[in-house]
Amino acid sequence: MNAAAAKLAARGRLDTPALVRLRRVGILIPFLILFAVLSLTSSSFATKVNLLNILDQQSATLIIAAAGTLVLVAGGIDLSVGATYSLAAVTSAHLALHTTPALAIALGIGAGLLVGLANGVITTTFRINALITTLAMSFIVSGIASLVTKGNLLVLFDKPSFGKFARTELLTVRTSIWLMIVAVLAIGFVLSSTTAGRYMYAAGGNSEAARLAGVRVNAIRILAFAISGGAAGLAGVIDTSRVLSAQASSGDTALAFTVLAGIVVGGTSILGGEGAVWRTVVGVLFIALIGNGYILLGLDPLYEQITMGVILLLAVGLDALTRRTG
Amino acid sequence: MSATASSQYLELLDVAKHFGGVQALSGVSLTVARGTVHALVGENGAGKSTLGRIVAGALAPDVGRVVLDGTPVAFRSPREALEHRVAAIAQEPFVVPQLSVAENVFLGVEPRSAGVVRNGKLGDSYAELAQTAGFDLLGRIPAGRLRTADQQKVEILRALSRDAQLIVMDEPTAALSARETEQLHEIVRRLVAAGKTILLISHFLREVLALADTVTVLRDGRVVRTAPAARETEGSLVEAMLGRSLTSTFPPQQPPARDARVVLRVQELVAPGVEAATFDLRAGEILGIAGLVGAGRTELARALFGAARISSGTATLADGGRVGRSPRRSLSAGLAMIPESRKDEGLIFARSVTENATLSRLRSLATLGVVRRSRERTTARSMLDECDVRGAHYSAPVAALSGGNQQKVLFARTLLCSPRVLIADEPTRGVDIGAKRAIYDFLTTLAAGGAGIILISSELEEILGLAHRVLVMRRGRVVAELAGGAIQEGAILAAAFADETRGAAA
Repeated sequence: MNAAAAKLAARGRLDTPALVRLRRVGILIPFLILFAVLSLTSSSFATKVNLLNILDQQSATLIIAAAGTLVLVAGGIDLSVGATYSLAAVTSAHLALHTTPALAIALGIGAGLLVGLANGVITTTFRINALITTLAMSFIVSGIASLVTKGNLLVLFDKPSFGKFARTELLTVRTSIWLMIVAVLAIGFVLSSTTAGRYMYAAGGNSEAARLAGVRVNAIRILAFAISGGAAGLAGVIDTSRVLSAQASSGDTALAFTVLAGIVVGGTSILGGEGAVWRTVVGVLFIALIGNGYILLGLDPLYEQITMGVILLLAVGLDALTRRTG
Repeated sequence: MSATASSQYLELLDVAKHFGGVQALSGVSLTVARGTVHALVGENGAGKSTLGRIVAGALAPDVGRVVLDGTPVAFRSPREALEHRVAAIAQEPFVVPQLSVAENVFLGVEPRSAGVVRNGKLGDSYAELAQTAGFDLLGRIPAGRLRTADQQKVEILRALSRDAQLIVMDEPTAALSARETEQLHEIVRRLVAAGKTILLISHFLREVLALADTVTVLRDGRVVRTAPAARETEGSLVEAMLGRSLTSTFPPQQPPARDARVVLRVQELVAPGVEAATFDLRAGEILGIAGLVGAGRTELARALFGAARISSGTATLADGGRVGRSPRRSLSAGLAMIPESRKDEGLIFARSVTENATLSRLRSLATLGVVRRSRERTTARSMLDECDVRGAHYSAPVAALSGGNQQKVLFARTLLCSPRVLIADEPTRGVDIGAKRAIYDFLTTLAAGGAGIILISSELEEILGLAHRVLVMRRGRVVAELAGGAIQEGAILAAAFADETRGAAA
């Protein structure tokens, strides 16, 4: 065998292991199966109204989860998104009562962005574990949100102009969904196609190697956290506009875990360096379909949580398994 | 042969193993005599580690038989192998850092009553064991604080505590300094004298020839030959490993012109582990930095590259540009570094070969922050081809490549930055002979093109074979400068060890 032929033979021999490939497309298969099953068992599932309704309800989660994927890929984690979402929601509601809708929207998103920046700066420059930083930040931000509302429910029913942001119908689809689609596509583009996205993979995959290769690891992580905070802000503003009310609710911190579950079920690694936004979208929708299915099929919703937990464990288990063999 | 049947402690018959489509071993048969050191040599990917792992129970062969002390065995796990008194010592020792040395040694077999560990007994057993082995290693200190060499001793003690008769050692000295290596060799000799059998896997042919009684050469998963070590030389082993003779290990030296300009000027540089280093580097020059592990060579490299903070002093490039502030600024100023550990500091293992190659130059392959994929692929492909990276598609994760090819990917990344100064820290560590030669060629070609090279290596032959000038470091200081004919093994070692000998005399 001559050298060139040997080289060619050598090139072809190490393919991506089957298990890794399975994880890459993994979430699509159960998603499609679930989709098909629900379509067959419930006549009201595969209707435009129901599907658009799911998207409308999930638009906030989808935006936050898309951005959270960036944080996870870059080697961090953001548990403050629920509280940030709340803060943005009440900030925009509060401002909408007293100022213009545009200002309310901008400052609502801005509040989220600020929280994200703070998360990023604290974890990187002070080298505090992201889990702890964002958990602490979650308490602080929740508290600030309560201060803004003074414990009240802010109602905007007499401010319909603010509702236009998320409730306008465009081509028979609400703007909440359009905004979500644009935001998710933009976030996905950042991760998949820009230098910043590439640096996020590098920073999360091996931060020291990334630094020595000339990547500004801290800056890139701060960027990921800022995008996550900004996305939570946008999501909060969209939901306020969608339901024309907002309150600081401690239940919103649970949103951080729903988001994390969606990302991980989608197949993004919690250890950083691997993942994709489209998978997160499928992961979040998969979880949403389970919830939707339980309602449409009239099953006991108590089992929904158990199902969720099992699926999450399966997803993480598959991740661990591919790491060992791959 | 006069050997009796019982002197054959381990016998492998027609063993084969494949991973996916790769035939790692085929038709391997060999016998290892009791109380001897049997070495396995071969290029990376020749199958020697696979063979070692089969013997130690970490892998099961597809076909073939393993006979231990006259009984056929089929280990399903290292634990089962251990029950049959077969133990393995890995290159990267496995210890639980928080546990004490003694606890690590008796991990899983702690003396206990009713599930409670008897710490007193543990300490006594440890002391007894350490004394038998001749190690003066305190049992109480946390294993995480030990150096690699001492962690290996923990593994050896662990093997001895289970009364292991056959010990598989996979590249045991790869991470050790010269002195620690000598200590380990002493331990191996003592183990053999005590009747233990050692299966030694090593890249270092000199080590193999010094320690082994018998050597088996592997190539492409097959046994080339098994012969007494006394009948082999480094040359004969290399020839058998490669299937051809390596005419010359090092490319011819091309010393820089006498009036070559200075490309890097280092003055009174002080950094953690480095004390007042002052030297010049000229265009076209390969400057070797020799010294013991811990002498400050890597620390100097990291300070120059900006990976570690400089406390005082300066490092300036030819155009007056300062380096040493951050890796990013050093790279854009024209100074690049191949780090000591490609696994920890070099590559993003989960990402593709292409992405790893272009990481430092990504900005120039993007428009308004958007990576232009086709341009990236073309650029990467031409450089990776030039660096002769083989073993996987360029779109596959870089982890799929062998050590030598991974190192070539790092060179490709560095060369894409067209550096005027390159610092290569142990560039051939854990790399097979073929890739070593390729790396020597990269360095000499780059120097011939006018770049200045700083080469850090613990393999003295590399310094002798490649460097035009040598700085010897000791305890953070540059203690000797050798050039031309003065670059001799003896002179380098004398300077590197001078302190120790004087200390002993005083």
